[in-house]
Amino acid sequence: MYGKGLRTLSLASSLLLTAAFGLVFFYAPNDADQGFVQKIFYLHVPMAIVALGGFVAGGVMAIAHLRTRDRRWDMRSYVAIHLSLVLAVGVLVTGSIWARAAWGHWWVWNEPMLVSFLIIFLLYACYQPLRFSIEDPERQARYASVFAVIAGAFVPLNFLAVRLAQAYTHPRVLGTTGGNMPGSMRLTGLVALIGMVALFVTLWKYEMTSKHAGQQLGALRRKLAGDEEILPAGPSATPTATLPARPEA
Amino acid sequence: MSVVAALLRKDLLLELRTKESVPAMALFSVTTLVIFHFGLDRASLAGDLAAGVLWVTLLLAAMLGVNRLFVSEREQGGFDGFLLAPVDRSALLVAKAAALFAYLVAVEVVAVPAFAVLLLGPSPWPALPVLTGLLLLGDIGVAVIGTLVSALAIQTRARDLIAPLLALPLLVPVVIAGTRGTTPLLLESGSAAVALKWPLILGLYDLIFALIAYAVFDFLLED
Repeated sequence: MYGKGLRTLSLASSLLLTAAFGLVFFYAPNDADQGFVQKIFYLHVPMAIVALGGFVAGGVMAIAHLRTRDRRWDMRSYVAIHLSLVLAVGVLVTGSIWARAAWGHWWVWNEPMLVSFLIIFLLYACYQPLRFSIEDPERQARYASVFAVIAGAFVPLNFLAVRLAQAYTHPRVLGTTGGNMPGSMRLTGLVALIGMVALFVTLWKYEMTSKHAGQQLGALRRKLAGDEEILPAGPSATPTATLPARPEA
Repeated sequence: MSVVAALLRKDLLLELRTKESVPAMALFSVTTLVIFHFGLDRASLAGDLAAGVLWVTLLLAAMLGVNRLFVSEREQGGFDGFLLAPVDRSALLVAKAAALFAYLVAVEVVAVPAFAVLLLGPSPWPALPVLTGLLLLGDIGVAVIGTLVSALAIQTRARDLIAPLLALPLLVPVVIAGTRGTTPLLLESGSAAVALKWPLILGLYDLIFALIAYAVFDFLLED
């Protein structure tokens, strides 16, 4: 059921990303100050926005899980957080490279966005250890959702605290109004952002499809083995390897 | 309310008789101060360094209490007994947070004088009223987050690892506001005024997480 429209979505997101990179390399001007290296902005900022959006979306889906008791919401939340975590690694790496190129250091403590992001990354890095050290699948889903809600609410609060703690030492590239970027840069950034969102949604759908198919396969195998003793696991984020293996005929 | 009082009384009585958490936390904080003395190789601290050492020490000591907060409930059937009682489940959150808050205050009664004697350069007296206020505001936040994280981690296989790993990033805003607020109090040149925004951030943090904890705590208890 998650597989529907996957091909169109994949094509659309690869087209969008190709267009975005085309714009980045052939259309957007080099930054007067930083030169070519500023173009990492078109990768770094969309990834950061999408990762934060994914974390918050994971929290919202976790609320839906706690309210409806529908385990599918927990799985959606799990996949969103898990993908955002992967993107967050990318954000930290590209941010570090950019910091090195722009300010000469691999890590800058007075850049509030990067620091907040590191704290959020460290928090979410505990999501999977927490989740998979609880054995009961129902409790696992519930506890993971509680964590996702707390952490999702923490994201904006943390940004506020870190931002207040540090005076700005460099101009904000992407201010509240879009800053002083020329139109061509803004357009390129926008296309890159849309492309990154499309990529995230596509990957999310792929993982959901795969998990769903894995569960159906497990259910069929159990049926085939005639083993009604084993309770159907139901939607769960636990890797499908825990399902019983196909019996040797 | 009487439920909260009964639960809190039980926790405090248990702590008074077994002395499981507070003495260990107090001893740990004093030891950490000694470690800081050697680690930094300083005889006396002032300003931002003093504020940072004080808050980090208290935070690490708090982690010991967080780890132990629900252990007796889990190991001796306290959860089952509580769930069987026809009472509001949020009472457990409030009682545990209040107990942790009491532990933290008790630890600070030992750790702050020890800090003033062992490491602090300038006189602590002019800073004391405002510092007490900041510490109490910080304690509320640590107590709320600590209770929540402890309840989350208690059912996991690696609870002693999970609880601090979850709590420390969540408490970064408390550390930021706490140390920034404390720095002007402990300056070498005497105590200066504290910017109002730091106590405000601490208060906002306490409020937001108290509400979130109240909203989600019930889900951690149904079995």
